[in-house]
Amino acid sequence: MNCDLLIIGAGPAGMAAAITARQAGISVVVADENPAVGGQVYRSVETGPLVQSDLLGADYSSGRELAEVFAASGAQHQSGTTVFMIERTQTHGFTIGLATSERARMVEARHVLIATGALERPCPIPGWTLPGVMTAGAAQTLLKSSAIAPEGPTILAGSGPLLSVLAAQYARAGVKLAAVLDTTPRGNWLKALPHLPGFLMSPYLLKGLKLLREVMSAHRIIRHVSALEAVGEGQLSGVSVVASGRTFMIPATTLLLHQGVVPQVNLAMASGVAHVWSEARLAFEPALAPDGETTVPGLFIAGDSAGIGGAQAAQARGLLAGLAILDRIDPATRASRQTQRSRAEASLARSLRGRAFLDALYRPAPQFRMPADDVIICRCEDVTAGDVRRLIARGTQGPNQMKAFTRAGMGPCQGRSCGLTLTELFAKQTGRSPQQVGHLRLRAPVKPITVGQMAGLADAEQRD
Amino acid sequence: MFRRLLEPSRQVTIFVNGQALIAAVGDTVAAALLLTGNTRFRHTAKSNSPRGPYCGMGVCFDCLVTINGEPNRQACLALVQEGMEIMTGAAAPKLAAYKRA
Repeated sequence: MNCDLLIIGAGPAGMAAAITARQAGISVVVADENPAVGGQVYRSVETGPLVQSDLLGADYSSGRELAEVFAASGAQHQSGTTVFMIERTQTHGFTIGLATSERARMVEARHVLIATGALERPCPIPGWTLPGVMTAGAAQTLLKSSAIAPEGPTILAGSGPLLSVLAAQYARAGVKLAAVLDTTPRGNWLKALPHLPGFLMSPYLLKGLKLLREVMSAHRIIRHVSALEAVGEGQLSGVSVVASGRTFMIPATTLLLHQGVVPQVNLAMASGVAHVWSEARLAFEPALAPDGETTVPGLFIAGDSAGIGGAQAAQARGLLAGLAILDRIDPATRASRQTQRSRAEASLARSLRGRAFLDALYRPAPQFRMPADDVIICRCEDVTAGDVRRLIARGTQGPNQMKAFTRAGMGPCQGRSCGLTLTELFAKQTGRSPQQVGHLRLRAPVKPITVGQMAGLADAEQRD
Repeated sequence: MFRRLLEPSRQVTIFVNGQALIAAVGDTVAAALLLTGNTRFRHTAKSNSPRGPYCGMGVCFDCLVTINGEPNRQACLALVQEGMEIMTGAAAPKLAAYKRA
């Protein structure tokens, strides 16, 4: 199954790039872990139970057309398929490791586009590992794919646009939340103010105001929340809250946490792509050329894994990456793609307008990123912030050495739930910048594969 | 606890820890289990503490269950299928167990 272009991720960026590349007739394979196209933002957009309803909003519905064009594009969609490695070959192409639940195999591609999107920033609060605590994104996924909503007292807590989006969707579904706990720090408004003009001219303003109205009329909102603790014995039973200096307990069977989203970096970092710390967005982002090419020639990144911009920006970036890859394959016809390129660039600029304001406004407070000593930061290996701080004080050099000493970042999630926390804890305690500290070193396989899958790879090689 | 907002159009029967259960076509294993009130999918190897779905999108590996005999499957990524057998509550075997064996 060799191809001209292999795309990882069938969200807006991956689909847009595939459609663009297929217009020029090159062979395209799109591998995606999920059962269907759409990524997280357009999850279940083709066949989900709510696609005919307006409950999820107009933005969600707009993903249907993209999915339809993609389905007709002739790109080969491999669902339920995990990419566990990308390696550059000596002939300037790539070998890519793909795994399904049945088997693993290696394929060759001339160009690769990583469009793996975003993940929710770690929310390490006391008790966040208790069953009954999950992310707002997880709850929204249940809503989109199965029309499932929480029953019993439910609390939505944190900061960021997704908080309002989900609260509004629940309001439309008649689901009343016990409380919406807003952890946005008071001072953020002031810091966001210089970016206000861009926001006022952005599409986010009207959407945001409408959402806020919906949320406020449906749910009880508690602002200026400065501490959260999930409480329960082996199961969530309540949330302890500190808001405006008052401490109180709200009973709950479900707690949905959210502190914004950050780019998924594992596959790109393990493929040798250089990343840069963004102080504005408190995350590592890939170093990219304007057309989306990484520091590894022929390897491109588009969508939220290139930098958080939302679905419209992701689609524009996917289109631009698709065009750039066509330019590499057929430089002589570059000029024929100029109109498409200019239009996508304009769309990208439009959809990124207002982001700086949102980044500043929803910047999570330090206590929600670097918790107290007794809080678990590495969910896989039960490592606490205190374990990490004590070892930093004793001279541990960085996240990689910390991994060797504590196993933080060594579990099945491979640092996806603790990587940012580790970097920030080191930076804070040692006075180095997060860029200097760096991220846990990531290596293939970026997702666990079984011994059986690996043995299958060797069998296939012998047959060749 | 979770509930369905809509009646599912097509159903399948799955078996969770030996008990038959009706789920909807298109449900992930995680969704089907959460609807039964089950939030404790497994126990951690280090502290034996219970865990359930957290990220819901294949990132955190906290929703691991055994599906048709295959351990450590991510319940949030696998779709239910007719006759599927799911086991929850598994912990990674302790080193002591290997030493005894």
